[in-house]
Amino acid sequence: MSEMIDNVPLTEEEFLLNMGPQHPSTHGVLRLVLKMRGEFIEDVIPHIGYLHRSIEKIAENRTYAQFMPYTDRIDYCASMPCNLAWALTVEKLAGIEAPPRAQYLRVIMTELNRIASHLIYLGVMSLDLGAFTPFLYAFREREMILDLFEMTCGQRLTYNYMRIGGVARDIPPDFASKCREFTRIFRKRVDDYEAILTNNPIFLTRTKNIGVLPIKVGLEYGASGPTIRGSGHNWDIRKAEPYSSYDKFNFSVPLGKNGDVWDRYIVRVQEMRESCNIVDQALDGLPEGEIKAKVPGLFKPPAGEVVMRIEAPRGEMGYYVVADGTTKPYRVKIRTASFGNLQVLRYLSRGYKIADLVAIFGSLDVVLPEVDR
Amino acid sequence: MLELSGLFQWIHAVASGLFSSLGLSEIFLDIFLMTLAGAAIIVFLALMALFLIWWERKVAAHFQDRLGPMMTGWHGWLQTIADAIKLLQKEDIVVANADRPVHFWAPVVAFASCFMVYAVIPFGKGALAADLNIGILYILAITTFTVISIVMAGWASNNKYALLGGMRSASQVISYEVPLTLSLMGAVLMAGTLSMGQFVEAQGPYIWKWYIWPQFLGFAIYLTASTAELNRTPFDLPEAEQELVAGFNIEYSGMKFAMFFLAEFLNMFTVGAVATTIFLGGWQPPFPALSFIPSWLWFLGKSLFIVFLIMWFKWTYPRVRVDHLLGFAWKVLLPLSFVNLILTAIAVQIF
Repeated sequence: MSEMIDNVPLTEEEFLLNMGPQHPSTHGVLRLVLKMRGEFIEDVIPHIGYLHRSIEKIAENRTYAQFMPYTDRIDYCASMPCNLAWALTVEKLAGIEAPPRAQYLRVIMTELNRIASHLIYLGVMSLDLGAFTPFLYAFREREMILDLFEMTCGQRLTYNYMRIGGVARDIPPDFASKCREFTRIFRKRVDDYEAILTNNPIFLTRTKNIGVLPIKVGLEYGASGPTIRGSGHNWDIRKAEPYSSYDKFNFSVPLGKNGDVWDRYIVRVQEMRESCNIVDQALDGLPEGEIKAKVPGLFKPPAGEVVMRIEAPRGEMGYYVVADGTTKPYRVKIRTASFGNLQVLRYLSRGYKIADLVAIFGSLDVVLPEVDR
Repeated sequence: MLELSGLFQWIHAVASGLFSSLGLSEIFLDIFLMTLAGAAIIVFLALMALFLIWWERKVAAHFQDRLGPMMTGWHGWLQTIADAIKLLQKEDIVVANADRPVHFWAPVVAFASCFMVYAVIPFGKGALAADLNIGILYILAITTFTVISIVMAGWASNNKYALLGGMRSASQVISYEVPLTLSLMGAVLMAGTLSMGQFVEAQGPYIWKWYIWPQFLGFAIYLTASTAELNRTPFDLPEAEQELVAGFNIEYSGMKFAMFFLAEFLNMFTVGAVATTIFLGGWQPPFPALSFIPSWLWFLGKSLFIVFLIMWFKWTYPRVRVDHLLGFAWKVLLPLSFVNLILTAIAVQIF
């Protein structure tokens, strides 16, 4: 590690500050080497890879179905979308379509997981700004979602719920009523979060015009999801390339204006409300029938290449699979949103103070295992 | 009655009888009584610090929809004692290349200075260790020691985070010292004294005569500026966890860390006690009819209410940024406190 630091040229007034891999606000094990002049950041040198588990290589040694639990570990804050993306990729490769009920259940679970993931963002973001209390409020509501997941699939963090061609289990009988109760309560709770943060003068001074991301720069770095929508770029794969019956739901895509920390915050808060609407619509229109398409036990998709992407809570998430006609994929490449979003950190935080770096990094909502994989 | 003054007079009578029967001169009696008073204050403050830490955890927990410590004793009231015992047993780690003497003395300075303030705080009727005629000046001078200890800790730790915390603290406390001092001057003009004891006398047991009403602006500025002096949220930049990990005390462990920690809570009580004495009538009850409740209970109740307000700030607000913090002190608080001082001076001259 020392050679990475030794090669940075420094003047008299500058010094290097090592932030992480163990640091309260690097959200996991990111290491940032900051070139500082007093409180001001001259440059940010991120070092990633502390959480590398070679998931892509593991995929080459597992059958298509066996790889599903590993996708849970790509983004532990939002496992359902990772599950869903893998299922959709393999289904696209093999030409399978999930039955309508399975598609609706997938939408319900993914949107609930989107809310849970944004709640973690909201809590950790406010914690990064020094407000402790919203963090625990957010986790209180997340707990309700985890209870719903536990009812459905028995797991609270790594769900392993999606299957190739459908989902693992149908929802239990009292799921619908509990889920409606959650969305009813949750809408009021979002108002509470907004009351404590959105127009708080201290919060505004800490977030307005901090870390402004122009659309062009964001796209060049590969930023996606709420990070780029905060800048006002209207790009949501649920609308642009609908999958899993998303075209049947009525929802809007919240957009920011300036692309600063506050815009990325408000986009996520509004997305939580939209996700609530989608969950309600999906529960209302939930079709009866099968939850899983017929897939042979010895599943051998035809040889070929396939790319499939979905809108995960953090942005564009997808898999590129090369199949060689056997039971195992020949090569799997995972595209995760956090990796692209993390790249803009260096652009955004130059010239700001160390307190702003924390706010900017929090607003990108990066999950480190997703970056390293 | 439950007044402390009766107890003090009894102790004085017994001690003077004992000393005169032993044939010792008056000066030994004074030394003995001052030592006793000092010991009593130290014991009281140690218990108060333990209570405040437990209380802060409980207040925070209930703001956040949880229970807080529940396992050790009734509602976890033994928790801080258990934590203190744990910290006593910890190894005292001094990092390599630290400035050892400075590293050692920093927590001592922090701890000692917050005790020294209490010499001039009137705890109740007749319960005032030393009624200095420059009481407020003494308090303002002593509380500034806190920043010296933080800068010492930041410098001596051989750690960039600690150094950043120490530098932030220096600029922050020096900036907020000015509006803090000026905010008290309005009340000083009204009372015409600097003595803490006479402040309480000047206000009397009538709630409408307390200085919080004519000096409300001064009270608000004092509370804001002293929150900054205490390094608590929203002004807790020197130890901003998410930015500087723990700031100035990052390299402290065991009892040295505990001394910083206890000093922080005692300083919070100091702010409550000073605000009570200067703006809320000290140990006086709000109405003469309520004087059957002992005066020290009024003092404690009012001080703890101010402490509760400061805790409330902490568990509600995000943290401000360092340049906003200094801008707020110089551009908002300082002009406001000048306005307050001038208006008070004119009013005192007219009435």
